[in-house]
Amino acid sequence: MLDKRMTIDDVVAQLSDGMTVGIGGWATRRKPMALVRAILRSGLKDLTVVSYGGPDIGLLAAEKRIRKLVFSFVSLDHYPLDPHFRAARQAGLEVLELDEGMFHLGLRAAAMRVPFLPTRIGAGTDIIRQPAFRTVRSPYEDGEELIAVPALKLDAALLHVHRSDQRGNVLTLSPDPLFDELMARAADKVYVSAEKVVPTAELDMRANARFNLCERSLITGVAEAPFGAHPTSADPDYQLDLKHLKAYVDSASSAEAWAAYRASFVELPPEHYLEAVGGPDRIAALPKPVY
Amino acid sequence: MTTPNYSLAELVIVAAAEAWRHDGEVMATGIGPLPRLGTALAKTTFNPALQTTDGECFYTSEPVPPGPRGDREPEIEGWSPYDRVFSTLWGGKRHAMVAPVQIDRFGQTNISVIGDHAKPKSAMLGARGFPGNSVHHPNSFFFASHTTRAFVPGEVDFVCSAGYNPARYLNGKPPAGLDLRIIVTELAVLDFGAPDHAIRVVSLHPGVTFEQVQDNTGFPLVRPDHIPTTPAPTAEQLDLIARLDPNGVRKTVFKDNPPGDRRAA
Repeated sequence: MLDKRMTIDDVVAQLSDGMTVGIGGWATRRKPMALVRAILRSGLKDLTVVSYGGPDIGLLAAEKRIRKLVFSFVSLDHYPLDPHFRAARQAGLEVLELDEGMFHLGLRAAAMRVPFLPTRIGAGTDIIRQPAFRTVRSPYEDGEELIAVPALKLDAALLHVHRSDQRGNVLTLSPDPLFDELMARAADKVYVSAEKVVPTAELDMRANARFNLCERSLITGVAEAPFGAHPTSADPDYQLDLKHLKAYVDSASSAEAWAAYRASFVELPPEHYLEAVGGPDRIAALPKPVY
Repeated sequence: MTTPNYSLAELVIVAAAEAWRHDGEVMATGIGPLPRLGTALAKTTFNPALQTTDGECFYTSEPVPPGPRGDREPEIEGWSPYDRVFSTLWGGKRHAMVAPVQIDRFGQTNISVIGDHAKPKSAMLGARGFPGNSVHHPNSFFFASHTTRAFVPGEVDFVCSAGYNPARYLNGKPPAGLDLRIIVTELAVLDFGAPDHAIRVVSLHPGVTFEQVQDNTGFPLVRPDHIPTTPAPTAEQLDLIARLDPNGVRKTVFKDNPPGDRRAA
C-alpha cells in the first residue's frame, strides 16, 4: 500500500546542499517551521530559498544556510521587519527580488513547464534591472514590450498542511490557501509536514474537497508534525504566537541572544519543542491576532 | 457657525477618503490606520459600493475598525485570498493608498532598501506588491512625515513602483495601467496633475504655507496660482470617524495627536 510517511528528519535527509528549495506559507501563516528547524539541526547549506518570507527566512539566514534568496518580502506582520533577515541582507546576502504577483507567475511558469510568463509587472521599476530579467515583445499587433518572468523551478518544496493521509492526500484548512499549490507544482519533490496524519476516510474529502491543495501524485513525503507551523499560525487549528515571535525578534540582539534561542528552541529533539514553547494547550489557546 | 476642533489625523482621513470618491465598485485598500480609515469614511459616505477587507482574506459588509474588535464579528460578504487579490489588481478593479518610505518627482516609490541594493545600508520589507500595483490599478500615497528624506531629490534608492519617468518606459511608452492619483501628507495634498504628470500642490493643510511644503520636498513642486486650504472635517465626518475608529488608533499616528489647524496650535 502506498505509504509516504516519514519523519521530519527523513525529509531533510532527502535534501542536499545547493538545492533550490521553496518554502510554503506566507509571512506568519502556515510556515513549515518544524522542517525549517530540522534543516538548522542538519548541516544543509548553500540553499537557494524561494519564499513569501517570514521567520523561516530569518532562521535560515541567521545560520547562514542561504546562498541566494528569491523573495518579494520578509515580514513578521506584527513586527514588520525581521531583524535576522535585515542583518543578513545588510551583510550582502544575494537576492532575487520579485513583486509578489511576479513570484506567483514564476511558480506558475515552472508548473506549466514553460520558460517564462509575460506580464507588465516590473515595468518602470528597478526589479527588472536585476540580471535575471529579460523583456519580450508581443508577437501580435499591439507589439507591447512585456516582462518575461523566468520560471521558478524548485528542486523541492516544503509545505505545512493541516491533514494528510499516508498516501499524501492533503488538506489545508485555513481560510487562505496561499500559493502552496503553485509551489507544489513548481517542484520536483514535495514534502509536507502535517498537523495530523489520518486515515483517508477521516479527511472527509467529499465535504472538504475545496481544501485539497493538490493531487497526491505531487506529494513525495508526509511527516506528521503537530503544531509544526509554530510560531506561525495554522488557522483554524491554532494562531500566531506573538510572545514567541518576540523572543525570536529579541534573539537578533546579540550573538549570545541568538545562541540562547538556538539552544532553547532549535537544538533539541523535535518531540521536546512543544514543551519548550509552553506546551500544546497553550498554543491551541492562542487568540486570533488582529491584522 | 463654529468650526469643530479636529486633529491632523482626522484632517488626513478626510483628505484620503477623497481618493476613492469617483472609483465606483472597486477594491479599496488603505495601508496603515489613516488610509484605511479613509477607505472606511469613503465607503460609509459618498462611495458605498467600495469593497474593503478585514485585513486578512474576507470582504466585509461594513469597514472593520483598526485594532481590537471585541466580540463584534464583522459580517463577511466575500472572499479575498491573496490569489484573488492578484487577480483583482491585475484586472484593474482596485485603488490602493500605500505608505512608501521614499517618493521622487516621477512618483516612483521605494520600500525595499536604503542605499545599494546589493548591500543595503538599511534593508526594509522588499518590494512586496508595489511593482504590480503600480502598473495595473490607480494608486495613491500617504506620508506621515513630509520631509526631504521621504520626498527625495533624483530617484528613490530602489524603484519598487513605477512612475512617470520616460527614461524607464519600455519601448518609449508609459506602462499601460500606470495611474497615480493623490499624495496625502501631514502638510498638504498633492497630485500628478501638472504638465508631464509633474507633482503639484492641490491643497495646503490649514496654517501650512507652500514654502513650507517646498522646503520639505527634495524636488521642485508645481505651484498653482491659487491653492485652496484642505477642507476641514465636518461635524458629521468627525462623528463618523469616531465610530469607525472606536479604539482611537488614529490618535497614535502623529506624535501628541496635534490639531489639524496649525493656526489653532
